[in-house]
Amino acid sequence: MSLLATTDSSLLERAPLLLRDGLTGFLPGPARWAANGLIKIVALLAVFGLLFAFLTLVERKVLGRVQNRPGPNRTGWFGLLQPFADGIKMLTKEDIVPHAADPVLHFLAPVAVIAFSFLTFAVIPYGRLLLPVDMDASILFFFAASSATELSIFMAGWSSHNKYALFAAMRALAQLISYELPLLLSVVPVVLAAGALSTAGVVAAQSGWKWGFLPHWHVFTPWGAAAFAIFMVSSLAESNRSPFDLPEAESELIAGHLTEYSGFKYALFFMAEYFGMCALSGMAVTLFLGGWHAPLPQLEFVPSYVWFSVKLLALLSGFIWVRATMPRLRIDQLTRLAWKFLVPLAIINLGTAAFWSLSLPWAGPLQLLRWAVSLALVIVPFLLLGRRLSAGLGARVYRYA
Amino acid sequence: MLGTGLLQGLAVTARNLVGSFHDPKRFVTTQYPEERTKLPEAYRNFPFLVSESGDDPMGTLRCVACQICEKECPPQCIYIEKSKDKKPDANGKMQVYPAVFDIDTAVCMSCQICVEVCPFDAIKMDQVFEIAATDRFKGLMLDRNALAKPNDYYHRIHPTDAAEVDERLVSARKAAAAKAAPKPAAPAQTPAAPSAQAPKPAA
Repeated sequence: MSLLATTDSSLLERAPLLLRDGLTGFLPGPARWAANGLIKIVALLAVFGLLFAFLTLVERKVLGRVQNRPGPNRTGWFGLLQPFADGIKMLTKEDIVPHAADPVLHFLAPVAVIAFSFLTFAVIPYGRLLLPVDMDASILFFFAASSATELSIFMAGWSSHNKYALFAAMRALAQLISYELPLLLSVVPVVLAAGALSTAGVVAAQSGWKWGFLPHWHVFTPWGAAAFAIFMVSSLAESNRSPFDLPEAESELIAGHLTEYSGFKYALFFMAEYFGMCALSGMAVTLFLGGWHAPLPQLEFVPSYVWFSVKLLALLSGFIWVRATMPRLRIDQLTRLAWKFLVPLAIINLGTAAFWSLSLPWAGPLQLLRWAVSLALVIVPFLLLGRRLSAGLGARVYRYA
Repeated sequence: MLGTGLLQGLAVTARNLVGSFHDPKRFVTTQYPEERTKLPEAYRNFPFLVSESGDDPMGTLRCVACQICEKECPPQCIYIEKSKDKKPDANGKMQVYPAVFDIDTAVCMSCQICVEVCPFDAIKMDQVFEIAATDRFKGLMLDRNALAKPNDYYHRIHPTDAAEVDERLVSARKAAAAKAAPKPAAPAQTPAAPSAQAPKPAA
């Protein structure tokens, strides 16, 4: 689990590992290895399961507050037991499999969606010493696993034998494939700049501070900020969140690919959506926000996993905030945004990142030129493409109504 | 510029989120079973029968079982059986009274026509909305004991209307007394006396 097993890490920093060693220390070699692996899985399931549970509560509370109502507050203190009440309700509900559905695929779809979305948690570095699986190409693995959830959503839509489910699955595929491209293109500059395809390498590349206070996080570079924005918009779409929650647009598609799912299978899809959101946020933290690094050198005494959690929760609350604000897009608006705006911007951003990397040795007044050119490369395409995207799209005039 | 509208929207939701914690004007939710809002005076749902006193509701019902409301009720949710005997009404006059007065609230559509047509101000609209019942037939069928509520209660829920009704009834009683004093035989000659006693402006 350790990549940079430094001896100078504090006790708090090593606490999770010490806890693990205390539990499995008595076992012989191979058994200990297996037990450690199992503990990682259990810990991830417990942490993200609970995070999922309370994220649903926080989301409902925040949505309520945004709409000037209190949100759930009846179950337990401040509604804290609401997620468990929901879970019990889901468990006790009847599991209905439609007569015409393909029973095997119908059963497999929620299993696959939860499995694939859970796989992505394996490669995120949660702390200095907390990286469940260290791979050379862990970024590649992450996106491979997360795009496999598209398959499961289509599986769900196809096997349900329901027109709404199938429509939603088609839409989900169109959406997810459209947004896969800007998502990956916004990651390429990070790989380019860090010179590593592993998450640990990317985090290591973001260590240190400029002038003692400005962290070397990618988001503080022109190309990094642009890539972060593109990444976040695309991950909204990838995790089927509002305003890109077209696959479950209830006004047109009932519940989309979830129409024929009930009880705990439905809850699994829901869980996978939140897992995907958490994983993509965790990836955004890793790629752009310095991973587990502290924002200031003076704050390094706080354990690294705390910093990671703080950043993760900040991004997750951003997801909730966006959901509380934006109305849902139409499918043509959605794909247009991806292909005509985000993809070109991401490709141009690749050039910006290349320029930024090549101009690394520039010093003195050339530094200013470096910043000016990079900022122009980010802002000018944004303005031009933005103008083109919204050209000819004014307020709608109803002529025959 | 692209995106400014999105930022404006985010600012609005953020203001709502923060405002709901410190601005009671924004946060208007009432925690219902514990807190209750005062119902507006004009709120109405199902009819009730006005009795003069709360101690003897069956003896002081204003209703004289004229059955106008039963005939006028559009969904026909009222069922009345006249009594065989007579009892003195609020004005001391001998009247029949409803031996059975049932309202099926499952059928009632809260139109208030029974109230409009009642010449005796005997039926008025209630404000009780927590009437959920476990039996949809018997539980929602209200008999005269359940329907009878004292005039004080009417004053509490519809103060303006109740004051007006009381004023009218008092003046009608005075007129009847003045009429009765010089000519004691007069009431017997006019069978349509009740409607003359309580002249009601066309609503």
